[in-house]
Amino acid sequence: MPSLFGIAWKNLRRKRLRSLLTIVGIALSTWVLVSLLGFNQGYENSLNKDIDNLGFQVLLTAKGCPYEAATLMLKGGTGLKYMSESIIDSVIANPQVEKVTPMLMHAVFDPNKGESGGITAFLGIDPTTYPAMKSYLVFQQGQWFDQPEALEAVFGYEAAELEQREVGDLYLLPEAEVEIKVVGVLKRSGTQDDGTIFLPIKTLQKVYDVEGKITSVGIKVQKETDLTAYEDELYKMQDVQVVSMAQVKQTISNLVATARVMVMSIALIAILIAMVGVMNTVLMSVLERWQEIGIMKSMGAMTSHIFKLIWFETILLTFVGGVIGSIMSWILASVTDTLIRSVLPYSPTSSLVQIDILLALKAIGIIMGIGIISGIYPAFKAAKIRPIEAIRSTDGEI
Amino acid sequence: MTKSTNPLISVADLKKIYVRGSEHIHAVYGISLDISKGDYIAFVGPSGSGKTTLLHLLGCLDNPTEGSLTVNGQNVFSNDRSMNERELTKLRRELFGYVFQKFYLIPTLTVRENITLPFAFYQKNEAEQTADRLADLLGISHRLDHLPKELSGGEMQRVAIARALINKPQILLADEPTGNLDSKRSAEIAEIFHKLNQDEGLTIILVTHNHALAESAGKMVELRDGRLV
Repeated sequence: MPSLFGIAWKNLRRKRLRSLLTIVGIALSTWVLVSLLGFNQGYENSLNKDIDNLGFQVLLTAKGCPYEAATLMLKGGTGLKYMSESIIDSVIANPQVEKVTPMLMHAVFDPNKGESGGITAFLGIDPTTYPAMKSYLVFQQGQWFDQPEALEAVFGYEAAELEQREVGDLYLLPEAEVEIKVVGVLKRSGTQDDGTIFLPIKTLQKVYDVEGKITSVGIKVQKETDLTAYEDELYKMQDVQVVSMAQVKQTISNLVATARVMVMSIALIAILIAMVGVMNTVLMSVLERWQEIGIMKSMGAMTSHIFKLIWFETILLTFVGGVIGSIMSWILASVTDTLIRSVLPYSPTSSLVQIDILLALKAIGIIMGIGIISGIYPAFKAAKIRPIEAIRSTDGEI
Repeated sequence: MTKSTNPLISVADLKKIYVRGSEHIHAVYGISLDISKGDYIAFVGPSGSGKTTLLHLLGCLDNPTEGSLTVNGQNVFSNDRSMNERELTKLRRELFGYVFQKFYLIPTLTVRENITLPFAFYQKNEAEQTADRLADLLGISHRLDHLPKELSGGEMQRVAIARALINKPQILLADEPTGNLDSKRSAEIAEIFHKLNQDEGLTIILVTHNHALAESAGKMVELRDGRLV
């Protein structure tokens, strides 16, 4: 004895190519939808991870452009203003502060870089405080510097690859013409540190004649500290700028907002196309079966039975398409990641598109909801067929 | 036509008028007749005489324009009141079985599924047993797991008859049931109808151009220009 669901399933198999093409359309829409939702949640998580990996919650810099400061936090920057080293004493004096680490970013023109030269940036760090804050940095070779003024350097993974340096090699500091020894190469961390060349801060100050100057101070506060209140206190200091984690996130979020709107619009268009596709497929199927449906009604099928029958077909199409699309989005997550990364002004280092089972179920739910709405008109049309009209006609009319 | 005291179907001054622009076409014009339980009636007549329209009216598939129609004591249509679609569906399900010239089998369902299709809409006990009994009666037991495209025309019509009988109707309506069959298959269908009427006491009303089939019916009624002759 056939069930309504069974009849619906078998009917979709009647015009296999048409059903298949509709399912492909739905699957593509689901792919876009899941990827977009995955991007929304992945971007946020990835950005948080990047900021957590900074090792400090607040960055103090000399007064200047906030975007430059944000860039400094995440990618490094050039042409920055300097602060006096003495500022560290006033920062550490606050009992809410757990750790501080001074940093000196210095960029120079290296005529040997590339074909026509380029900018090389060095980060001067305090070997007694910086490694403790960046505990996630692991060495591939070697270790941190021995002495605060040692003529030594540690290369990030990508910097070492670019400069083709190993532990024990010498490196000539551009402009200063001073040779330093590579004492360590870091493993890939997936952060901005991969492209950094680290030197002891005292060495960098001395070599480039910026003694007593720093460009930023990384501050890690005590766990129970009210970050907003603490930032307000920092703002009272003269000629400094406070860059908090929240500010950085906000700044970057503003930068990517346009890209997000664009991706959202594409998803919306894809969903609308799928909706029209589903409606077209089911409506065609109803019109082709005009007489069959009329005969069913002459056998005692109520309006509600026919409505359900057609609705089942829509639900089946959207469910199968939704599942395939979700699987596709999971398999192709890295491709989507690359595509999205290419249109964003700033991308965090870890995965941008994060897809989990809950997200896939949510997307399938949305797609099925859309399918159910798309199926209303064809189902209504079918349910309203009168047996006599169907028997007399050869085909249905829209 | 016969007037019985307790007819299964009773029509009085039944009219069906189609309006095409300014033209009024009287497909059925002022027909009155009673059909009793166990009757086997064949409507004959030239094309356009209104026999199929009359069959649709008697089978509650179409609404008359005027007149009255009573089926099994229930007022289906009169000048005062007519049944709504829900009531008509219930009446069709409980009283009628329909057979059409073009069979109208669902191509994706097997013979068994086609026969039991009405039960997809309302549950009935012993559906499978009834299907087996009918398949046996109509000689299609060996075809139950086949698809319609694997059957001959005669077999397809047998399946359609079995489907029409699955809900144990009181009245079987058939519109040109042999229209798509050769003479041998037509004779087989005529034999089946005769048996159903004689052995099962089924009331059968059919429309046909096939003289042999019409002659096998207990009563032959001729229509011309929408009127009984």
